[in-house]
Amino acid sequence: MTFNKMSGRLPATITSVMSMLFISSAQADYALNMTQGVTPISREIFSLHMIVFWICVAIGVVVFLTMAWSILHHRKSKGAVAANFHESTTVEIVWTVVPLLILIAIAIPATGTLLDLEDAETDAEVTVQVTGIQWKWKYNYVDEGVEFISSLAQSSRDVIKDPTGNENYLLEVDEPIVLPINKKIRFLFTSDDVIHAWWVPALAVKQDANPGFINDSWAIIEEPGTYRGQCAELCGKDHGFMPIVVEAVTETEYKQWIAAKKSEAAAIAASADKEWAMQDLLAKGEAVYQANCAACHGPTGAGIPGVFPAMTSSPVVTGDVAGHVDIVMNGRSGTAMAAYKGQLSDVDLAAVITFERNSLGNSMGDTVQPSAIKNAR
Amino acid sequence: MSEQSRKVIPRAQLAKIVLIPVLMFGFGFALVPLYDVFCDITGLNGKTGRIEVSTVNANEIDTSRTIEVRFLANTASGLPWSFEPIVRKMQVHPGKVYEAQYRVRSSSDAETFGQAIPSVSPGLAARHFNKTECFCFNEQKLAGRETRDMPLRFIIGNDLDDKIEHITLSYTFFSIDKS
Amino acid sequence: MTTATTHDDAHDDHGPAKGLMRWVTTTNHKDIGTLYLWLAFIMLLTGGSMAMVIRAELFQPGLQFVKPEFFNQMTTMHGLIMVFGAIMPAFVGLANWLIPMQIGAPDMALPRMNNWSFWILPFAFTMLASTLLMEGGAPAFGWTFYAPLSTTFAPDSTDYFIFAVHLMGISSVMGAINVIATILNMRAPGMTLMKMPLFVWTWLITAYLLIAVMPVLAGAVTMMLTDRHFDTSFFDAAGGGDPVMFQHIFWFFGHPEVYIMILPAFGIISAIVPTFARKPLFGYSSMVYASASIAILSFMVWAHHMFTTGMPVAGELYFMYATILISVPTGVKVFNWVSTMWKGSMTFETPMLWALGFIVMFTIGGFSGLMLGVAPVDTQYHDTYFVVAHFHYVLVTGALYSIIAAFYYWVPKWTGNMYSETHGKIHFWWSTISVNVLFFPQHFVGLAGMPRRIPDYSLQFAEFNAISSIGGFAFGLAQVYFLYIIIKTIKGGEKATDKVWEGATGLEFEALPSPAPYHSFDTAPEIK
Repeated sequence: MTFNKMSGRLPATITSVMSMLFISSAQADYALNMTQGVTPISREIFSLHMIVFWICVAIGVVVFLTMAWSILHHRKSKGAVAANFHESTTVEIVWTVVPLLILIAIAIPATGTLLDLEDAETDAEVTVQVTGIQWKWKYNYVDEGVEFISSLAQSSRDVIKDPTGNENYLLEVDEPIVLPINKKIRFLFTSDDVIHAWWVPALAVKQDANPGFINDSWAIIEEPGTYRGQCAELCGKDHGFMPIVVEAVTETEYKQWIAAKKSEAAAIAASADKEWAMQDLLAKGEAVYQANCAACHGPTGAGIPGVFPAMTSSPVVTGDVAGHVDIVMNGRSGTAMAAYKGQLSDVDLAAVITFERNSLGNSMGDTVQPSAIKNAR
Repeated sequence: MSEQSRKVIPRAQLAKIVLIPVLMFGFGFALVPLYDVFCDITGLNGKTGRIEVSTVNANEIDTSRTIEVRFLANTASGLPWSFEPIVRKMQVHPGKVYEAQYRVRSSSDAETFGQAIPSVSPGLAARHFNKTECFCFNEQKLAGRETRDMPLRFIIGNDLDDKIEHITLSYTFFSIDKS
Repeated sequence: MTTATTHDDAHDDHGPAKGLMRWVTTTNHKDIGTLYLWLAFIMLLTGGSMAMVIRAELFQPGLQFVKPEFFNQMTTMHGLIMVFGAIMPAFVGLANWLIPMQIGAPDMALPRMNNWSFWILPFAFTMLASTLLMEGGAPAFGWTFYAPLSTTFAPDSTDYFIFAVHLMGISSVMGAINVIATILNMRAPGMTLMKMPLFVWTWLITAYLLIAVMPVLAGAVTMMLTDRHFDTSFFDAAGGGDPVMFQHIFWFFGHPEVYIMILPAFGIISAIVPTFARKPLFGYSSMVYASASIAILSFMVWAHHMFTTGMPVAGELYFMYATILISVPTGVKVFNWVSTMWKGSMTFETPMLWALGFIVMFTIGGFSGLMLGVAPVDTQYHDTYFVVAHFHYVLVTGALYSIIAAFYYWVPKWTGNMYSETHGKIHFWWSTISVNVLFFPQHFVGLAGMPRRIPDYSLQFAEFNAISSIGGFAFGLAQVYFLYIIIKTIKGGEKATDKVWEGATGLEFEALPSPAPYHSFDTAPEIK
């Protein structure tokens, strides 16, 4: 089955490789070459990439042709007699100085681009704090007070055994980050646990998110659209499963989105005040558990022996409610257990704790109400 | 192993054999100030400076420049605190002392301890960002359910690079385990 | 020295001891060289089979064979085993075999330490490999083991990894001390430094690099250990440390390490190309100076692996300039090899084929290295498959190709038997075609946006990954075929002449019979 699929694809691939060799760089195909992207910096980087690439090609052609010529002509089977020259200071100086000049030619535009790239601190209009968390991203629009978590979409998780046909497999999230076009956006990066790297090729932004430190970068997105990226620094088990989706929209749409986000947050906060029934909490809790906890503690609560503790019969889960709530909300320092109070709403926290206590092989029989979580904040 | 092979080590060689380890060992200690100089020049690590109040007064206030300072707050896992700046950003002049406040609230019933770690972006601004008073100088203790406003008095050096118009100051509170 | 004479007379032409104890207690440089080379080959196959697991999982999108955490263990162990287990011991093995013969010395300067520095390694690698069976699994943080993934968030087996790295470091430093002591003290009369073969020169420089940077690695893992167990905070922001400092320390070791793995290769190619071009090496002294300047520059460019960590712009500019500067001495070497071929009288026996393959493909790896050195563009390349393609071009078709070339070039001298030319050529073409099918498409997926160290990817990368995997399986199989060639050559074959190659130069070919006797140069040869 796989092989039929393969043999269908192979000729197409070979043709596209061949065409790449003959078609000029202007028609850069995303699948073969770097993207040109949609920001001034990404275009600068792309053209610098192509300049260096063609310089390498030119040097390569000269060196390899010289080599090929002597391999073809200076061979013993053709009766070639070896010359005996083995030193020439002039030649050595030439091939030290000429590459040096080429390098200077590369370094000049590279310096300019680098200085532009590092200029994140002037005139930014939107500031977004991006926090890497094993294995999702938290976005905080610091001037708007809007904050949310973005993780791999369920539609990708569902097809992990055979993703055929799922166009954006592993490149789709539950909540994309929405940004206005034609505005300077400053990103501030940090991490809650290990080092992550936020990378969206079309924006030419790749910056490490270091725990305890902040880094910055910036972008002006010039075209509306959806841009996808991934974490680019090994951050543990699910490093390959923490994508980034940027929706670039017009300013009006952006303002509407911010307003909608704010009222959504208010609605979620309000829902914490009502009393929830056990089965509603369990149903919601299962979804929250699978999205946030299953990566480490396992879909059935078995954990990974020696690395991540099991949920089933865990002393925390089967212990008193306050201790359980404390660990879920505040995490445990020095371990991979994150603090979820900043990631989940009161309702979600109450639901997932109730779920853990009454499912996954546990049956404590008690419920945790959102109002209790609210009090514990 | 015969008698002849037990030769006396020549003086010069002995000196070298002794001197080299001493130098190597000394170099290990010399690295501490060397790293400080290195980080100072390159702005690596992004650590902020601390100065005494007396030296502050000698600074001249440069009203021609206005710099935006943004405050961020993070809490690391394991610490049951909520932590945020009361004012999110400030416009400041280099050379003048300003005060900013952060609010911390413990949601634990027990006594808890935390240590705040600062980070400044851009890194090159870090050594010009000096504090006369900061909650990050010492570890902080919160009683159960306590809410506290914590002050930060800072001054931005006149010698800050002209290109920098915006500084972000971020604190992360880490838990200190006292048990 | 006079005292040694009586001792030597009693055992004048004794051969090796019999049985297993010969290998355990040996102090003979040739025996130890053989041990090192076999260890390297076993490690190559071990690390290679891990690569097969990686390529099998990446053959199609979706998770079919392994879990993500096991995938990470595979990439980590593959990297560690190939770097510390295959490439480095292979070069030490070659140094043991060749340096005494090339400088006219009877053995290495410190034979007992030589034995010890080898016998540490099997224990180190057994310990490292045993972590795969432990609860929580083997280290899964990549061969670069960045903190805090390797400290706070690492499995318990990390402590075994730390100890194994310490042992490998001790072994490398002892090997390096031995090489330096041998080269500086045991050259035959008349063998001045500037008359030494380039393999000896490059190894001398490599040995200094090893002594300089292995303690840095040991320091890094020790700091990890104290962070993990003794409440220090070197790499933990909570206690005033800095995770990025780990990367500075690691790469201060790691970048010279890259040259440790390629400088001896330059020496091997500089021996093989003149032999088969029947023409002296072009620009011997500039080769020596180029190697030395590469070594010195290698200490000043470490942070080019860290362009996205948020370094200040002045730092990025400096590391960019210093990095692209390395392409100058490297270029000089390639130009010198090409000039050595120019107007030569070339034949293309197997060692020459591997050497030519090295020159072409190492140069391709050098080009991608130059591209990666340009800091702003590295924003897009960093931690993608473009980097994976780059370092496999310099380490597989660079370092490994030179080791295989060295095997074919010197094996007649070691065993007295010629390898089968047909088998050697099949091995070369099979490997060269498959290695390009394996690694060339990785440039494309990297540029198109595929991060490295991911167990699964989106559909747009599927075709190239499938091609790459097919190349990988073929290349892996080619090295099993290589095992057959090695055994066949040791067991027998056409007898080699003393000079082996028509154009061969150097003491090992001109002053020793084939196979080289167990004890060579008991009396120093005369150097004209």
